Amino acid sequence: MGAVYKRELQSYFYTPLGYVFMGVFLLLTGIFFLSGNLLQMSANLGVLFDSMSFLFMLIMPVLTMRLLSEEKRMRTDQLLLTSPLPVGAIVLGKYLAAITVLALTMLLTAPCVVILFIYGAPHAPLIASGYLGFFLLGASYVAVGILMSALTESQLTAAVATFGVNLMIQFLESVGPSLDVPLMPWLPSAIGWMSLYDRYYAFTAGVVSTADLIYFLSFIAVLLFLTARVIDRRRWRSA
Amino acid sequence: MIELKNVTKRYGDVLAADNVSFRVEVGQILGFLGRNGAGKSTTLSIASGYIPATEGQVLLDGHDILEEPRYVKRRIGYLPEQPPLYPDMTVDEYLRFACRIKEVDKRRVASHVGELCELTGLTDHRKRLIRHLSKGYCQRVGMAQALAGNPEVLLLDEPTVGLDPKQIIGIRELIKALGRDHAIVLSSHILTEVADVCERVAIIGQGRILAQDTLDNLAGGQDDARRVRLRAAGAEGEIAGVLNALPGLRALEPMGVKEPGTFDFILESARADDLRPAASNALAAAGHPVVMMRPMDMNLEDIFLRLTGEVDS
Repeated sequence: MGAVYKRELQSYFYTPLGYVFMGVFLLLTGIFFLSGNLLQMSANLGVLFDSMSFLFMLIMPVLTMRLLSEEKRMRTDQLLLTSPLPVGAIVLGKYLAAITVLALTMLLTAPCVVILFIYGAPHAPLIASGYLGFFLLGASYVAVGILMSALTESQLTAAVATFGVNLMIQFLESVGPSLDVPLMPWLPSAIGWMSLYDRYYAFTAGVVSTADLIYFLSFIAVLLFLTARVIDRRRWRSA
Repeated sequence: MIELKNVTKRYGDVLAADNVSFRVEVGQILGFLGRNGAGKSTTLSIASGYIPATEGQVLLDGHDILEEPRYVKRRIGYLPEQPPLYPDMTVDEYLRFACRIKEVDKRRVASHVGELCELTGLTDHRKRLIRHLSKGYCQRVGMAQALAGNPEVLLLDEPTVGLDPKQIIGIRELIKALGRDHAIVLSSHILTEVADVCERVAIIGQGRILAQDTLDNLAGGQDDARRVRLRAAGAEGEIAGVLNALPGLRALEPMGVKEPGTFDFILESARADDLRPAASNALAAAGHPVVMMRPMDMNLEDIFLRLTGEVDS
């Protein structure tokens, strides 16, 4: 798994992909930080995270679209799948590489935090839990993305599908609570319970609960499991 | 030793491999011969563990590839038809990666990559990006990848496709040398290649193994007839008269005039009888000198065409 992780991480920076992702992310963060914090004279990073969360959804597919689709297109999956590595290790190695890029990018937003501490009096634990929530939300998007890229041979299809699923998750959450379906009175609360965003907002509000943590981690684990199953299933069916 | 037992692969109604069985010991090279689309690549994909068989078993020293994938896959090197290369890596990085996922001991990776490059003639290209390599060098990197971790079984799918004649000879020599201490399955649609490299051949058509034997047996054992093509000076009727009188002649087939003033025949006899001295003496005595005579052993090409032709009809 270590070898797959290392190769994948390197390939983000052999190609422009990693730099493009980081560049766009940091540019947007900079703009929101300027308008939401510096110009408003606010030390609350929660506003920044909230505004970022939607755009985040747009740029996340860039990070994941290549992961498995490109292996199939270039037929390099033959190298991986005929090696002694179990499929799960391949998926996990690639997933960890993608969230490492995400974590590195978030690390580069540190100057914003430093500025806040120099010129204001932010609440440190609030910032920490905001970062944690944002990272967990991103890690969930990556898990959606890796599943989508296992389903197709085209990077573009993978990116569009990832975007579509992410959008649907967000859409469900905004309309879910107001749904009034006959015979299914439990539906709005069920959707509310499954919501990634409600849990994410709890983090930005400074509430770190074990239940939310476990929810994010299980969400990711289920998607990674499905990804490995998709790869296995394709081998049984196709040439 | 690798063994395929009644391997069948179905895609819907299509049988890509139909009850394929073979067994290759260390020190042997099995030539896997078939037209394009005959099922060679499918069979090798199954043997490598890339795709599972619908029915049947792949065994390496008795270990099933589906039950003990890690044990078996560590001992198989696979060069697919299109080498699985990452264009954004250098040769060196790629081979290190291949060694790592083949579970080569971390401390040995550097020296092992050196050996692989030495063996495949890549030493001067180690720092180059794979995307900048020619097709021939890509094939060599693919070959080096298959050899990573010193697997005892090598599955090579059309390893010489797209190479120039000199590179082809180089790769064949390498395969022959490796054949001494590996079990190798070499798939090809080039007959001369198989004849040159392999001692045993399996001919495959429409997913089925049509014949499987040593080259000598395949070439000799097709029937018990011996055929000789003969060209003698004179007219058809006169020459035929002399030849028909030969003891042991089973059939005489006129082949027409290929050279002015001569006529061609094919003489068929039992395998045990050699008609050539008698035919030569008799024709010379009758004033029809023999100007050409050659035995017509079935070569691999004939066998191949006959077997694959049978499938078509």
